[in-house]
This record gives sequence, structure tokens and C-alpha cells, in this order.
Amino acid sequence: MDINTKEVIKNAFRVTKARGLTASRIRVPGGHLKAEYLEIIHQIAREYGNGTVHLTARQGFEVPGIRFEDMPLVKELLQPVIAGMGINQTEPGQGYPAAGTRNITACIGNRVCPYACYDTTAFAQRLEKAVFPNNLHFKIALTGCPNDCTKVRMHDFGIIGMTLPQFEPERCVTCRACIHNCRKKSVGALSEINYRPARNEEKCIGCGECIVSCPMAAWTRSREKYYRLTLFGRTGRRNPRLGVDFIKWIDEDSIIKIILNTYDYVEKYIDLNAPGGKEHIGYIVDRTGFAEYQKWALRDVRLPAIAEVTQPVYWGGLKY
Amino acid sequence: MGYRLTKEACDGVLQKLSLNHTLFAPKRFTGGGPFSGTDLIRYGKIASADEIVLDAKSAHSFKEALLPITETLFYFTEEQMKEPDPPAQGVLVFLRSCDLHAVRRLDEIYLRNGAEDYYYKRIREKTRFALIGCPTAFDTCFCVDMVANRSDNYDFSIEQDENANYLIDCRAADWAALFEAAASQTLAVEPSFVAATPTRVGIPALLDAGVAAAAMWDQYDGRCIKCGRCNFSCPTCTCYTMQDLFYTDNGKAGERRRVWASCMVDGFTDVAGGGCYRPKNGQRMRFKTLHKVFDYKQRFGYQMCVGCGRCDDVCPEYISFARIVNRLEEALREVKSDAAE
Repeated sequence: MDINTKEVIKNAFRVTKARGLTASRIRVPGGHLKAEYLEIIHQIAREYGNGTVHLTARQGFEVPGIRFEDMPLVKELLQPVIAGMGINQTEPGQGYPAAGTRNITACIGNRVCPYACYDTTAFAQRLEKAVFPNNLHFKIALTGCPNDCTKVRMHDFGIIGMTLPQFEPERCVTCRACIHNCRKKSVGALSEINYRPARNEEKCIGCGECIVSCPMAAWTRSREKYYRLTLFGRTGRRNPRLGVDFIKWIDEDSIIKIILNTYDYVEKYIDLNAPGGKEHIGYIVDRTGFAEYQKWALRDVRLPAIAEVTQPVYWGGLKY
Repeated sequence: MGYRLTKEACDGVLQKLSLNHTLFAPKRFTGGGPFSGTDLIRYGKIASADEIVLDAKSAHSFKEALLPITETLFYFTEEQMKEPDPPAQGVLVFLRSCDLHAVRRLDEIYLRNGAEDYYYKRIREKTRFALIGCPTAFDTCFCVDMVANRSDNYDFSIEQDENANYLIDCRAADWAALFEAAASQTLAVEPSFVAATPTRVGIPALLDAGVAAAAMWDQYDGRCIKCGRCNFSCPTCTCYTMQDLFYTDNGKAGERRRVWASCMVDGFTDVAGGGCYRPKNGQRMRFKTLHKVFDYKQRFGYQMCVGCGRCDDVCPEYISFARIVNRLEEALREVKSDAAE
């Protein structure tokens, strides 16, 4: 058997511990898919795999127990799944063109969840279109609100939905639901002045709790959607750490631009001797200093006037 | 007299009416719902007929036209005070039959239950009503059982025919000429009224206050979150509270205002000394229910609730007021049998 493992891995098949057997990794941007694709995944597992499917930590599927020889047949079956999810491909029928930039994960978002501030799936799909295929090791995660059910601070780019609460004082009946809920369920950014809530703009994290709890629609969501962008959280062996705040009240277009700029930065500064050409971005930033990263990241980015950029940025975490 | 008007002609009439009246109608607020990507239908100022939402029920009622959510009663500074000027314009309210029946309840409380309310009266005198025809009931409506499904005390009725033209039955003599001039056809128009509702409600004929002792209320201690949405959305709730405040930039000046209150929300029954008559949510639910379908009738001779079903629509905990009312019969039996033992 003669297998080019580098090409196989790049093609989203794994080199597994069982000699001769691979596993097919299926991207699901935003973790949401049409149920009909499950039938195809079922078929692949039944006909070419060992009849089981793994739900990956990044919300994709991994079908184990596939013989390397069967990869072309599996790719053929996968084609409607790949095309149907709008994944960028270089050659139809040839599977995924890259595996470095990982599946973009997201919570269920505002299609279902009352707390979500935006359509996480749609934004994940938009990001996937913008960044994939790419061999660089990037991990992007989106979450609908500051509850952060996706745990985005474990990722290179964490995108947390926010809304800028709008208040119509004439509709307020002083029921205090917003003040109470902000204190008990959020950050306590509301106080009462003359029978009405006053919002501490510095403290407010844009979670929308005041809006959801208001029985009068005195609090409503901003037309614009905002986000908090966190940077370079990571798991791993040497220095696992949580991502830290970079920009609060950022917009969707600026996030995409910053991520694309980061690819350019990594191309420039990645350790050319890194094993497998793979180096976590955070280690590169540790090497160049954050100021250099920020210079690259914010190139041609036009942030909303309300955006707050954290300067300087520091990470903690464990060091082994 | 009845008329058929094109959309453009109808807008022309509305424009003329808006010279002297604020047009207040159920309207879609895009993105105005509590959840991301949701709209809110509530009352607001409109300028054209297609802004009136005819195919859905508003979450809040029309009552904020007659009872402003927040209303300043007077401004004060040192030895002087001043009342706010009355609204310059009257209001033309677009509402369904159930809500038009609710106007009678508001009038009962603010005009006929003791002294006339000056602030209510000065708005009420300048308010007129356009009935929105109601061809079919929504899921939670029970207006027929509350005898609020038909009305005739409107200035004009409005609804769309199958070609999206507007059908008007004008009863206001002073507005007939306006419609006549704009109409493409004069015809007999009878506004649509709901004749049957999917939700049915039966209030026990021999209901008495003893039902307060039933066990059913305890369930709502846990289920209800005392948010007050049922009261705030209700077209017949009339309670308010007073707020005296001093402006933060000038503590010598301030205002007294009245603000909607809710018997479900904390603070409603708080009294001096730290007491609270109805601390439990189930007690509040019991009070509200019996006020709507028992106490009010005892005093005024007819039911308060008009069966609009908004309280069911807006409850985030899926508590159905209709279901509560329908449980009263059994609760009554339970209380009677307890008493017999």
C-alpha cells in the first residue's frame, strides 16, 4: 500500500491507529445541516465504514473504519453533502480541498434560542465561504450571546453576539424586571434613577436580558448587530489559555476582515520549521508581540464608532 | 352608509382624518420583538391603510391611546405647579370588536365609578373609533363566550375585500361625505364579526368568592413568574400607580406622573410597615382571575373580560387564562365538598 499521508490528511481523511483504515471528516459550518445529509452519512458509514459515526468536538462528523482504497467512492457520495452546505471546492467529486482551517462551530443561535442575538449558523456559513479552503490551522467559533454556550474563548477567534439595548422611557412601568434580571442573571449594569432604569454603558455586555425580560417592549434590540471578538484561546500541551477580549461592539464585516488579515499575518510569520506546517496562531503572536499582530489585524478595518478596542492584550493560562 | 374604496382612495381619506386626529392602529414594528429577528405588533401611529395589521393580533391593546403608559399629571417647582397641556389632536383608534367592548370597561372605571377622571376624560372626549372587521377568530380568542364579538358603536368599520380594496361602513354623520367622495362604489356593508371561536370559556353561573380557597391557585406559585404581561396586554386592566420625582439636574423642580401598574408584579400590594397582602404568585393569579370574571360583575353587572385572549398570547410561561377560568367549575365543587365534610 502506498499512501501520501500529507495529501490524505489535507483531503480531510485521517491516518488512524488501524493500519489501512482511515476516517472521513465532514465539515458542518455552524453545526446545522439539512436532515437529508444524515442519510448520506449513514450510507457512507454502512457501506464503507464500520457502521458507526462520531460527532466531532467541532460539530462535524467523522466516519471511521473506511479503507484507504474506498476514499474515491466516499468522496463521490460526499459530493452532494459538500456542495449542499456551500463548501468552497477546487474540484467537485474530490472531497474537501483543505483541512487546516477547522470546521466553524456555533451554538443554535437565533433560529431557536430566545437569548441569541443573531443567526449564528448564517454567520458561520458566511465565514466558511470567506476563509475556506485554507491549510493554516485556524479555529473559529460563534456563540449567540454572552452565555457563550459554544465556549468560544477556547478558540482562535471567538465571536459573541451582542445587542445594543434601546430604551423608550415612555413605555416603562417601573416593574424593575430589567434591573432585577440584569443583576441576577447578567452583570448588574442597570440602576434605577427616578423610577427608570439607567444603563451603565461601560458595564453593559449587550446580552439582551433587559429586552427579553421587559413586559412592555420599552427595551428593544438595536437594528445593528454587534459582537465581542475574543482572540487566541487554545487548548493543547504547552500553554492552554482562554481567549481574551479584543474588540467590544464590533460588526460582522470587520470580524471577517480581521480574520482574513490574520491569515496574511500568519503566512508572514509562521515558523517555517513547524511540524506539519502547523503552529497555533497564539504562539506566533507570543513571538512577534501583540502590537505587530494588531497592526496586521486592523489593516483596512473600519470599525463602528461605538467599538472599543482593548489595548494592550494579555493572556494568562497554564504554562508547562 | 357603506362604501368600497381603493387603497389609494382610503389613504386619501385617512390623510384628511389625520389633520385632526392621530391615527392609532395595530402596526408591525420590524425587529421590535423581544427575541432577535422577531417583529412586534403593537399599537402605533400610522399614516396609510396598509400599515394597519389586519391578519394578526397585537400583543398590547389600544388602551395606551386612552391611558398613556406614563402620564404626567403636573409639574411642580417651589410654590407653583402646572398641568401638562392637553393633547392638541384627538385620536382615531382602529380596533376590533373585543377591544371596542373594552372601551366601555375603561369608561366605567374612569368616568362612572365615582368621580370623573379629568385626565382620562380630556383624552376620551377627543377619541373616535374605527372598527376592524374580524372575519375569523385567532386561536386564543374567546370573544363570543364573553359576548364581545359584535359591536355597533363605531364611527366607521374597515376591512379588506378579496381584491384588497377597503370596505367601509360609516356611522359617523360628519365623516360620511369624506368616504362618499372617495368611494368607487356605494353599497351595503356589514362588518365581519366572529361567530365562533376555537377557544371556549365557561364561567360558572353560581361562582362565588369561596373559590379562592381552592387548591388550583397553588399551582401558579411555581408556574407564574409575576412579570405582569397578562395585565399590561389586557385591554381592560386599568390600575396605575403614582410617582413623584425630582429632576436630577434641578432638585427644586419635578413632576407627578401616573404609570400603569400590575396586580401580578411585586409591590402592588405592599403597604406601610413592610406588609404585602398577596406575596404568592398563585394568590395574585387568583385575585386577577376573580377580578376579571367575578368581582367586576358583582359591582357593575357585566363581565370585565372581553375574551381578546392576549394574556394567553403573551404569557412566557404558557399559562392560559382561558384554562384557569374553565377550571373554576371544578374548583367550586372542590371547595363545596370540603365545606360539606
